[in-house]
Amino acid sequence: MPACQSIEFCLETDVINPVKRSYRALEAWFNLSFGPAWNPLYNLGTLAFFFFWVVLVSGLYLFIFFDTSIAGAYASVEYMTHEQWYMGGVMRSLHRYASDAAVVTILLHMLREFSLDRYRSFRWFSWFTGVPALWFVITLGITGYWLVWDELALYVAILSSQLMDTLPIVAGSMTRDFLVGHLTDRFFTLMAFLHLLGQPIILVVAIWIHVKRLSHVKISAPRGLAVGSLLALLVLSIIKPAESHGPADLSSVPLVLNLDWFYLNVYPLVDQWTAGQTWMLTLGVTFLLMILPWLPPKKRGPAAQVYLEACNGCGQCADDCPFDAIDILPRTDDARWSHEAVVDPDLCASCGICVGSCPSSNPFRQRNQDLVTGIDMPNYSANGMRTQTDAALATLIDKDTGIVVFGCDNAYEVSRLESEGIAAVSVFCTGMLPATLIEYALKKGADGVFVTGCRTGDCYFRYGNVWLDQRFEGHRKPRLRGGAERRRIRIFRGAETDGKKITQALAAFQKEIAELDDIPASNEVAADDARVSQDG
Amino acid sequence: MGSKIFRLLLQAVNYSVFMALIWYFSLYPTYRHLDDNQAVLTLAFGHAAKRIAECATRSADELAELAPNMRMAIDCPRERSPLELEISLDDEPVTRLTIDAPGLYQDQGVDVYRDIITEAGRHHLSIWMNDDINIEGPTYRFDKTVNIEPMQRLVVSFDANSGGFSLQ
Ligand code: HEM
Ligand code: SF4
Ligand code: SF4
Repeated sequence: MPACQSIEFCLETDVINPVKRSYRALEAWFNLSFGPAWNPLYNLGTLAFFFFWVVLVSGLYLFIFFDTSIAGAYASVEYMTHEQWYMGGVMRSLHRYASDAAVVTILLHMLREFSLDRYRSFRWFSWFTGVPALWFVITLGITGYWLVWDELALYVAILSSQLMDTLPIVAGSMTRDFLVGHLTDRFFTLMAFLHLLGQPIILVVAIWIHVKRLSHVKISAPRGLAVGSLLALLVLSIIKPAESHGPADLSSVPLVLNLDWFYLNVYPLVDQWTAGQTWMLTLGVTFLLMILPWLPPKKRGPAAQVYLEACNGCGQCADDCPFDAIDILPRTDDARWSHEAVVDPDLCASCGICVGSCPSSNPFRQRNQDLVTGIDMPNYSANGMRTQTDAALATLIDKDTGIVVFGCDNAYEVSRLESEGIAAVSVFCTGMLPATLIEYALKKGADGVFVTGCRTGDCYFRYGNVWLDQRFEGHRKPRLRGGAERRRIRIFRGAETDGKKITQALAAFQKEIAELDDIPASNEVAADDARVSQDG
Repeated sequence: MGSKIFRLLLQAVNYSVFMALIWYFSLYPTYRHLDDNQAVLTLAFGHAAKRIAECATRSADELAELAPNMRMAIDCPRERSPLELEISLDDEPVTRLTIDAPGLYQDQGVDVYRDIITEAGRHHLSIWMNDDINIEGPTYRFDKTVNIEPMQRLVVSFDANSGGFSLQ
């Protein structure tokens, strides 16, 4: 049903929740400053990895000069900070500030997944395993502050011992051991071991599990972002070098402490409340975070299904699946191909991207019968997309300039773009579109095809819009063939908050196409290859 | 070109905000642990309180009432008394604790840890402790006039074998 009379008068009327709206505004600001490829919000995972690298390299340097004994630790850190400020001091500051930057990045990463509702349903696993990873990061920072063995370290050590004493697992009292000076070098060496080796290894394993259900996980940050962040950290390290408090002294209590709130935020609570109450709060928050994906749960659609009669085992779907849900295994029927696709329904996110990957989804096949493709969605098949496209084309038959809009509803709801001369076909993800379906729409009478969906760099299903671009540009199979006239195709992306921009871009495109069709065919410039892709 | 420089400027603004945020929250707001003229009295020790009753010899009648495999001539209860503790500064009680012995059979030693924030200066410190449910009043007492410096942590420990409370 057309949502509005004429496309120019289509205005946003929906109420988008304020968290999402603010997040989108921040994202738009970063798109303006960095462009989509370097947008930090699209690179939070890789940025966290980058900061971990900086922490690792600077940490290795610190380790060379660090004395892992109680007696020598403080002095060795002071030496680096003051005597060797130009190198050891910078490394120390980089080590601290990159760790803090990692926390900010991880918190933004959580905010992003949460505000865009990317933590429930098939994403529960990533969210659920992210929470312990966050614990490992924070506790790694805590043991780091411990190693400096200054007043702050002693404060952290005593309160941490109080926290440990509350747990039934530790026999005796750690806190008492600290105060009566029974705390031996051995214990300090244990902390050093944890911080330098034990905890980092646990963290790496935790992150490996965290991304285990995803494919094409990006590890390295875009170069521009890495260089910029490193420069910024260096400048900060030079103008505000990290320093220690006074040396730890068991017989005195510091009046004022400069706490690193990114890591040491629970300690004032232990002071104000009891250790038991602090545990209740932190464990309560952790528990709540972990069950968040089920508050309330979100249903996922049915998993993709393989139709062996149309699958030749080419492996394109397995390569494209963003959630690692497809395996290519030896054939189980007597077809002449050696392999076949197999879907693991537990991992499948029902994104439909594999339908767009399969060469058998070509709508020019099986014209007079139902289209059967190699891998298909039970609730919206390749055949269904062809039928919808046919229906859209039918509504445009008597229009001067008929445009078919293809798009997904994870961003701006495409049916709201329908108006005079514009018909919309909604798919799960634009990555679900077989490139041949675009060609089909143009050959069967559309004057132009407009594709919209999530902002570039921000696909709801991770890689749908990336694959679409690559198929259109000819870098990924199945490619958009030469038969589809490029200037009649426009890609314009935008978020749910970009309705106005999308609407305007669509109106402008419709106008361009109308002008194109006014020019007699003989005068047309030779078909250029100007696929125009823009962003809201 | 112009737009490239504009973008770099915007990026510089973003990086500056990010770094300012990191620097600030890695140090501030400062956390005030104590006021200028305060000090801490820390009570830190472990102690196993007395059993609630002495071992008793069972009479023949009592023995006969028990299951054959439980007929021990001597009955030793494992349960320990709760530890009662009161700390006063200048004859004003500042902390009063009653701690039950931990463990499934309430038979284990108690670990005590308390930080008591106080004004620095001269104080009369008195501690009163009872570790035996069968005795009324204190089983251990400690009285001393102490001079506490601002920021000082004065640790009060206890060891039954060396006679009770002591200052470190
Ligand atoms: C501890 C450091 C962390 C690192 C290094 C990290 C890194 C990553 C990376 C690289 C991805 C894949 C992104 C992509 O390629 O699309 C990812 C996904 C995800 N992370 Fe984290 N993460 C961390 C912590 C967390 C935390 C604390 C949470 C939430 C509690 C979380 C929630 C998620 C979710 C829901 C996804 C799925 C995104 C998707 O399916 O598109 N992560 N993380
Ligand atoms: S629907 Fe999406 S998640 Fe499921 S198998 Fe296909 S590409 Fe993978
Ligand atoms: S893309 Fe199609 S033909 Fe290729 S393996 Fe997957 S289902 Fe089979």
